[in-house]
Amino acid sequence: MNEIILEARGLKKYFPITRGAQKGLFVKAIDGIDFAIREGETLGLVGESGSGKSTTAYNVIGMYKATAGQIIFKGQDISMASGERPLWMKREIQMVFQDPGTTLNPQRNVRQILSLPLSIHKMTDAHDPVGQILRLLDTVELSAEYLYKYPMSLGGGERQMLAIARAISTNPSMIVLDEPTSSLDVSVQAKIINMLLRLQRQRNLSYLFITHDLSLMRNLATKVAIMYLGKIAEIAPVDVFFSEPRHPYTKMLLSSIPVISEEEELARHNKVESQGEIPSPVNVPPGCSFNTRCPYANELCHQDDPVMREVSAGHLVRCHLRE
Amino acid sequence: MRTPTDRPPVVDIRDLHVEFKTYAGKVRVLNGVNFTVYAGEKVAIVGETGCGKTTTVKSILRILAKNSRVPRGEILFRGRNVLGMKGDELKKLRGAGASMIFQDPTMSLNPVFTIGEQMFEAIRNSGREGCGKRDTQQELAVLALKQTSMPDPERILISYPFQLSGGMRQRVCIAMSLATPREMVIADEPTTNLDVTIQDQVLKILKDRVESKHSSLILITHSLGVARETTDRVYVMYAGNMIETAPTEEIFRRQAHPYTQALMRCIPRLTGGGVAEGIPGRIPNYLKPPAGCRFAPRCPQAEKRCHEEKPEFADLGNEHFVACFSYEQEEKKG
Amino acid sequence: MNGSGKTPKRDYLDEVRKLWYKFSLNKMSVVGLGIVALVLIVSVFQPLVAPYPTHIGAVVDFKNANRGPCADYWLGTDTVGRDIMSRIFYAYRGAFTMGLGVLAATVPLGSVLGMMAGYWKGRWFSTFIMRMTDIFLALPPMILALCVCSILRPTLFNSLLAMCVAWWPWYTRLAFGMTTSLRNEMYVKSAELLGASKPHILFREILPNCTGSILTKATLDMGWVILTGATLSFVGLGEQPPLPALGTMVSDGAKYLPAQWWLSIFPALAIMIIVLGFNLMGDGVKDMLSGEE
Repeated sequence: MNEIILEARGLKKYFPITRGAQKGLFVKAIDGIDFAIREGETLGLVGESGSGKSTTAYNVIGMYKATAGQIIFKGQDISMASGERPLWMKREIQMVFQDPGTTLNPQRNVRQILSLPLSIHKMTDAHDPVGQILRLLDTVELSAEYLYKYPMSLGGGERQMLAIARAISTNPSMIVLDEPTSSLDVSVQAKIINMLLRLQRQRNLSYLFITHDLSLMRNLATKVAIMYLGKIAEIAPVDVFFSEPRHPYTKMLLSSIPVISEEEELARHNKVESQGEIPSPVNVPPGCSFNTRCPYANELCHQDDPVMREVSAGHLVRCHLRE
Repeated sequence: MRTPTDRPPVVDIRDLHVEFKTYAGKVRVLNGVNFTVYAGEKVAIVGETGCGKTTTVKSILRILAKNSRVPRGEILFRGRNVLGMKGDELKKLRGAGASMIFQDPTMSLNPVFTIGEQMFEAIRNSGREGCGKRDTQQELAVLALKQTSMPDPERILISYPFQLSGGMRQRVCIAMSLATPREMVIADEPTTNLDVTIQDQVLKILKDRVESKHSSLILITHSLGVARETTDRVYVMYAGNMIETAPTEEIFRRQAHPYTQALMRCIPRLTGGGVAEGIPGRIPNYLKPPAGCRFAPRCPQAEKRCHEEKPEFADLGNEHFVACFSYEQEEKKG
Repeated sequence: MNGSGKTPKRDYLDEVRKLWYKFSLNKMSVVGLGIVALVLIVSVFQPLVAPYPTHIGAVVDFKNANRGPCADYWLGTDTVGRDIMSRIFYAYRGAFTMGLGVLAATVPLGSVLGMMAGYWKGRWFSTFIMRMTDIFLALPPMILALCVCSILRPTLFNSLLAMCVAWWPWYTRLAFGMTTSLRNEMYVKSAELLGASKPHILFREILPNCTGSILTKATLDMGWVILTGATLSFVGLGEQPPLPALGTMVSDGAKYLPAQWWLSIFPALAIMIIVLGFNLMGDGVKDMLSGEE
C-alpha cells in the first residue's frame, strides 16, 4: 500500500460565540475526527450543511488553526494556521473552492491569475513565461485565447477549470476540493470530474474531496467518510461503504438520493425514511448526536456517545447498533 | 401534437417565442415552445442553466422582466388567453389560478413580516368565500402548516422568516401556496438549496399536497433524479426548445433525443461505473442562435438538414415525442 | 495547441474600446467629458486662443474700461479695461492646478492609508489612522484652510496645501470601508493561502477592486475641489492679483452689481460650467469602471 500522506488525529475546531444570547458557548464545528489519506487516494468527505466538512477542508489548507488535535502532512505537524506554515507546504497542498466566481479576482486576467502561484514559489520559467502558462491552460483543456480574458467573461465550468489549473500549477501532491462541481450543470460536472481523475492518475495526486453528493462520491472516491455534527459517523473503502453501509445515518442519506434507474434504487438498500433536521452544532444532543433523527435509537443512544469501532478492514462505524 | 387525454388541459403553450431586448441586441431565448399540462398532472421541466425553463413558467404568470417581448405564440390557461389578460383577470390568475414556489424562499417571504401575516395576506388574496375573516385565515393557515408536517404551527405563525431553517421556509412556501385550492402550482427548483435528506422530505410533502388538492404541478429542476421521483411526465428543454417529452417511466427507459441521451450519460450513478466525458461545446449564443436545430452544433449525429431546419415533435408512440429529424422515418412507419 | 507557435497578444486597444463603449452609454457623461476637454484646451492654450492674452497681468486700458459684452469683448471688460474672457481662460489654469494638485496628493495617500487600516483592522495603527480621519473629518475644511493660509502666506500653493489637509480623510474612509469587505473575499483568501506577499495582496488583489470607486469619487471631487478653491480665492486666499483667479474675479465684480453684472456673473458661470462638467463625467466613469459586462 502507498504511504500515508495526510492524517488527522483527534482534530477539533471550536468557534467561540462572542455575542448574543449564547455568548460564551462554542460552535463545535469539528469535534474530534480521525482519518488518513494515502498517496494517490481520494478521500470523499460527505455530509449535510453544518456537518463540519468544509471546516475540515479549511483546517487542512490552513485557513483556520486547529483547536486541538493534529494534522500530519508527510510526517510534519501542520495544525498551525496558514500564516505560520513554511512556503513549501503551501506549494504542496492546494485548494479548489466551491464557487469559482468568488475565488478568482474579477480584476485580474487569466495570465495574471496563473502567474501568481508560479512567481510566489519561484517556479516561473524565465525563458518562456507565456508558454508555461499556455501549457498549464492546455492541461485543463482551455485554449490559448483565454490568456487575457477576465473571469467575468468565462462560463462557470471554464472558471472552475481555471481554478484547477491554478491549483496544479505548483505541482502539489495534495489537493483539497470543496464541492468543486456543486454549482455546475451535470454535463460540465462530468467534464471536470473526468479531468480531475485524469490529473490524479498522471500526477499521483491525493484528493480530499468534499461533497454532499453520494452518487458523485461513488464514482471518484477510493474511501468515503460521512460526517454528522462535527464527527465522522462511518468511514470505509468505497465499495464496502456502498455495499454494506452500517450507520443508520448513512442509510438515511442513501435513501434520500433521487436516482434515475432501478438498479440504483436497489443499491439504496433498505430504505430509512428521512426525518428531522440536523441540530445546531452549539447544542449537540447528549449521547449519540444522531439520536434525534435515528429511527432505531434506544436508551443507550441517549446516554452514551458511541466510539469508533472497526467492523472490517478499514471500515469504521460510530454506532451502538452496528448490527 | 400530444394525444388529448380525458382531462382538459390547464396550461397549453403553443409555439411560444420570447425575446429580451438588451443593449447587445435581441436575445432570443424561447424558440417555439410547445408545452401542455393536463388537470391533476405533475410535470417536470428538466434542463441545464440558461435553457429557458424559468422563462417558460414566468411567461405563464406574466411575470417576465419588462424588456421581454412575445413576438409569436400563445398561452392558454384553462382555455383563456393569458397574453391578452388585463388587470383583474391577471390578478385572479395569480391569486387563485396558479402560484409559484421559488428556489430561494427568501425571495418570496418578506423578512419584516411574520409568517402568519404573510400567510393571512395570501389567503385573503385568494378571494375565496370567508377568507376575509381572521378566524378562517388562522384556521386555514394552521391546517396548511400541519399538512406540511410542521411541528408547532401556532409558533411558526408568529415567527419571522429568518428564525426558520431553509427547509422550514420552503415548507412554509408550499403551505402558503396550497392553503387555498389552486389549479396549478409552479415550483422553480424548490429543493436546490437544501440538503438531500431535507430535499427528500420537502419533495414528498410537495407531491402529497399537490395530489390531495387535485392541483397540477410544474416542477422545474436540473436534476433528472428529482423529476423521476416526483412527476408523471418529463419535458426536456434545451436552448429554448422542448426537445423531448414522455411519461416519466418511459423516458427513463428510453431516451430518444441525442441531447437527452448525452445528459443521462453525464449523471453519476449510485452504482458506480464512472461518468461520460460531458457534452462538447456550450449552449448557443441567444443573440445569434443556430438557424436549424439549436443542438445541431454539438450533436454527433447532425446532418446538413439539422443546421437549416428546425425539427418539430415526432410521435414515437406511448405519448413519447421527440424533436429530432432522425425519428421522422420511425414515425411514418409507426 | 502550442504547435502553431502563435502566442496571443493582449489586445489593449480592444480593452480601451470596451471602456469607451461603457463610458459612452451614458450620453450626459460624454457631454461632461466634452466640457472638461474644452475648458482644459482653452486654459492650456490661453496665449493662443484668448483674444487678449496679455490681459492677465497689470495691464491698464482705461479707454475700454467697464465695457459690457460686445463684439470686441465678448464677455465685457473689467474696471481697468481688461478682457474678462481672456482672464477666465487663464484663471481656469489655477482651477485645474488646484484640482489636480489636491487630488494627486490626497487620492494615493488617503487610499493607501485606508487600505492598510482596512486590511489590518483591529491593530493599533489601524485604529490610530481611523481616529485621525475622524478628527480631520470633523473640522470644517474652510476653517482648516483659513488656519493654514493665515499661518503661512496666502498663495495658490498654500491654499492647495490647506485643501490637501482637509481632503485626504475622505479617501481613507472610502478605501477603509471597501478593504474591510474585500479582505474577506475568497479571492483574497486564496491569494493568502497561496502565500502571496502583503504588498501583492494590497496592491494587486485589493486595489484594482477599489479603483473604480476611488476614481469615480475623484472625478466628482475635481468639481468640488475647484469650487472650494474658488471659495478660498473669493475670500482672498489663492492666486494673488494681478493674476486672475475665478473666486477673486467674482468677489471683485460683486461690488459693482447689478449695474456691471458681467464682472461677476461670467466668472461665476465659468465655475459652474467646470463643476458641472466633472459631475456629469463622474457618472460615466462609474459605469466604465464598475466591472459589469
